[in-house]
Amino acid sequence: MAGDAVKLLGAWPSPVVMRARIALNLKSVGYEFVEENLGNKSQLLLQSNPVHKKIPVLIHGDKPVCESLIIVQYIDEVWSSGPGILPSDPYDLATARFWAAYIDDKWFPSLTGIAKAQDDGAKKAAIEQVSEGLALLEDAFRKCSKGKTFFGGDRVGYLDIAFGCFLGWLRVTEKMNGVELISRSKTPQLAQWAERFCADPAVKDVMPETDKLAEFAKVLFAKFKNPPSQ
Amino acid sequence: MSEKEVVLLDFWPSPFGMRLRIALAEKGIDYEYKEEDLWNKSPLLLKSNPVHKKIPVLIHKGKPVCESLIALQYVEEVWPHKSPLLPSDPYARARARFWADYIDKKLYDLGRRTWATKGEEQEAAKKEFLDSLKLLEAELGDKPYFGGDKFGFVDAVLIPYYSWFYTYETCGNFSIEADCPKLIFWAKRCLEKESVKKSLPPQEKVYGFVLELKKRLGLL
Repeated sequence: MAGDAVKLLGAWPSPVVMRARIALNLKSVGYEFVEENLGNKSQLLLQSNPVHKKIPVLIHGDKPVCESLIIVQYIDEVWSSGPGILPSDPYDLATARFWAAYIDDKWFPSLTGIAKAQDDGAKKAAIEQVSEGLALLEDAFRKCSKGKTFFGGDRVGYLDIAFGCFLGWLRVTEKMNGVELISRSKTPQLAQWAERFCADPAVKDVMPETDKLAEFAKVLFAKFKNPPSQ
Repeated sequence: MSEKEVVLLDFWPSPFGMRLRIALAEKGIDYEYKEEDLWNKSPLLLKSNPVHKKIPVLIHKGKPVCESLIALQYVEEVWPHKSPLLPSDPYARARARFWADYIDKKLYDLGRRTWATKGEEQEAAKKEFLDSLKLLEAELGDKPYFGGDKFGFVDAVLIPYYSWFYTYETCGNFSIEADCPKLIFWAKRCLEKESVKKSLPPQEKVYGFVLELKKRLGLL
């Protein structure tokens, strides 16, 4: 089963797609990456994820797995002989899942809130919200890492992947708004962690360059300010 | 502090709390149930879930686990041998997690809109709500449970919403059974289980609660 062909449907700017790629890299699993055009989704994508029609989708053999964090857990369970991604202790696992859910449900939406803010006041409030979230995550890092390099300990783990995938977009947001969100002064632990995460062999080739992402972001954000009239 | 190893901070009409009650009952785990007043949250709740301040919170040996799907998986992992809710096959597990995620993304908010809104917004919510249930019904297919032959993870996640069906139908003036007869059949099968029967409040009691809530929120 682990030997079946692996395909990943995704798009290079998508942080959640990166989660699946990092997990596959950690397990040294070869896969075919299919770049989707989200304005013209492939038949394969629509068939593989008929409910949400979203990326990433992992297709293992002929079986589609959808939702990025579910994909990461699947990868960890199938390629169980490789380095472990999910914490093995149930309480540590619950904690990692809690923060991953917080990042998806609250923190990342607050980050995109900065781009969507229509005036300076709204922007300032959005930035404040993101910073408050980062203060919580700085504290979470202290507790989860237990003095080690990553949220997962000595190695990149589930929560590192869940959070770290957003670092590209975080840097773009900082650049476009002239603010520091993760910094050595405000969030020293996260600042160090971010550098180590981005340098990790499983991450560095799949993390898009900030400049390339910034160019892409400019086009995307123009749509927020001037939504198409249809 | 409780003498018992497991404490559940809960609120009786919450479908999120119900799924944990079911899992704990399925696994025969003794626990202390603490009813929270959501308009006057206890210091224990605020301390146990400082980020969201929400129920349910499962406290095991003094350590809190928040978010019902996370706590459900925690219960499964700590007590794996009695009445396992998740299959062992990774693909089947991924599918169970997918549908649990789908249920949570859709039903609570859509269901709320069927009783809390009026006019066009309510009609749109009803339609989307029924579409979601039909999709779940298709996923169930001919199986006795979402888990196959045995009551499983998705069953535990979904069945609590059944206690709210009377409320949705009465406030929204529609029939769920008319569109999703197989799902109602499934629900009644689940309700034959002791763990489910004792974890779900009567539908009329939930309706009474929602009427009071509507009054309180100025929605009547």
